[in-house]
Amino acid sequence: MSGFGNVGPPVPPVTPGGRPIAQVRKGPLTRIGPPNRGRIGLHLVIVGLMVVWLLPTIGLLVNSFRTRADANASGWWTAIFPPWDFTIENYIQVLDQSGLGDAFVNSLFISIPATIIPVVIASFAAYAFAWMDFPYKNVLFVIVVGLLVIPLQLTLIPILRLFGDLGIAGSFLAVWLAHTGYGLPFALYLMRNYMGGLPKEVFESASIDGASPATAFFRLALPMSVPAIASLAIFQFLFTWNDLLVSLIYIGFNIENQPLTLKVANLVNSLGGNIQLLTAAAFVTMILPLIVFLGLQRYFVRGITGGAVKG
Amino acid sequence: MNDLVMAAVVVLGIPALLVGYILGIEQLLKVFPERRRSRVRPWLWLLPALTFLVVFLIYPAIGTFVDSFKDRSSDAFVGLANYEYVLTNSSVIGAIKNNILWLILFTALTVGFGLVIAILVDRVRYESTAKSIIFIPLAISFVAAGVIWQTVYAYQPPGQPQTGPLNAIATLFGGDPINFVRNPSTGTYSLIIIGVWMWTGFCMVILSAGLKGISVELLEAARVDGANEWHVFRHIILPLLMPTIAVVATTMVITALKAFDIVYVMTAGLYDTEVLANRMYQELFSFNQFGRAAAIAVVLMLAIVPMMIANVKRFREQEAVR
Repeated sequence: MSGFGNVGPPVPPVTPGGRPIAQVRKGPLTRIGPPNRGRIGLHLVIVGLMVVWLLPTIGLLVNSFRTRADANASGWWTAIFPPWDFTIENYIQVLDQSGLGDAFVNSLFISIPATIIPVVIASFAAYAFAWMDFPYKNVLFVIVVGLLVIPLQLTLIPILRLFGDLGIAGSFLAVWLAHTGYGLPFALYLMRNYMGGLPKEVFESASIDGASPATAFFRLALPMSVPAIASLAIFQFLFTWNDLLVSLIYIGFNIENQPLTLKVANLVNSLGGNIQLLTAAAFVTMILPLIVFLGLQRYFVRGITGGAVKG
Repeated sequence: MNDLVMAAVVVLGIPALLVGYILGIEQLLKVFPERRRSRVRPWLWLLPALTFLVVFLIYPAIGTFVDSFKDRSSDAFVGLANYEYVLTNSSVIGAIKNNILWLILFTALTVGFGLVIAILVDRVRYESTAKSIIFIPLAISFVAAGVIWQTVYAYQPPGQPQTGPLNAIATLFGGDPINFVRNPSTGTYSLIIIGVWMWTGFCMVILSAGLKGISVELLEAARVDGANEWHVFRHIILPLLMPTIAVVATTMVITALKAFDIVYVMTAGLYDTEVLANRMYQELFSFNQFGRAAAIAVVLMLAIVPMMIANVKRFREQEAVR
């Protein structure tokens, strides 16, 4: 997640075969009663947890707008009371001098193709797994399920050699290819579960009407799978945007192509004492994932709860 | 400008190429007789995906396995020497111990908090807001999370004003400030807490989805029969949620074993915080020890194999129900 960093693909679905949970309960497990002492305790605990989970990020945001002198002299919580003395100087400095502006573009350059390619390729293969017959189909898919948990570490050395031999080490192409390979097991898993759940009759009647599999795929399967594609695309985008390990290994010291995560990880060492700059840099890496997440949360959650992504 | 042209080519060109591939297949298949077509077609649709899986996962996994029996530059076979190093070198053993600590604490805390929060927020009207807030850290990178927690753990020498909230609280009550991260006795725990902050939301979302599948009538019936809330939880909710908890816990164990980014960003493995994935990176890029790095990767994989088997078993059971 990314926020996945190097965590690999998420879990198999909660529901059998990725079908939607039979009956999703709308109400709570207990009837919501009138406020009493027990319920006040409940609210206090939940609000307390929300505050604990939010405060670290708020601290980051506040620190990123403070001057160096302030950030080193007092805690961020003292800055939220007047007189305010906030500045956007930190952002100007990290975007310009530290090169985060370029790194932001690099991150986009890495993430967008590294999202599109596996989604498209997985859709083809998922359609074949769901609606075509061929020998060893089940064995092959079980292998895909097994590959879901392979640690990237197991692949680094041979792939690094391969990229060296091909002369593409340090290039965007190397990272696109690697992300596609690493993202495919989950992409295939999610897409196949979803496509397999589409109504059989639709494809049967299309076939009777003389539509080729390609037509059935582009005209029927793909449009009907938009929710799953959306979940998958968001997932893969966040995964590649937040990735550190793959860029670290395959782009490494090719400074021109370094994405945000790699740049900021290096800044942590070089800017050590300048917490106001570091926090600004970190927020630059977070802004896009936060927008994607808050805007498309529904699809994101559906992707995580596995194939349970019915319309 | 050049970048924009390249971006357009990549974003539009690659999908066009792939779509063209599928359309091309159908043209190509017209050459074959009808019966042959349906036999060849699936393999052509699978070809791009299978190629990537073989080239980027299966072939390198086998390659790494072979490399783990070779010397530092992968020239000559050295038998089990690399494994002997992994199992006897004190820093590698330290990394293994930290991985075990990660595995136990990270899994227990993420699943535990996730379960408790899922159950608690189920009872309030602002459930979705609460869940979003717990869930947000999962959307950001470990690198950003590392910086966020540097501000939380910030340490100044005693006597100076503390800029980190934890040490500010500690000194407020007369305690000494603690250098949480750069201290061998607290380092790994501090890093695990960052991981828990990030991944609890993941567990919560899945467990919450499982919780929504439990019928309220069943619980009401138990309550009418005189069961208190703890009994309802212990004897009805928990057993029904068990399969979901197993799924979540498996994923967390794998996440814990693969931990890399947090350690890389926060300490680079210093202060006794090293884990296997970081050690492997060190062997690879700092020491140029390819054989040892490969052996560490294989050990990591071996630890994950039981989870892999569990996943495959679960998948087969689900398919049988289908």
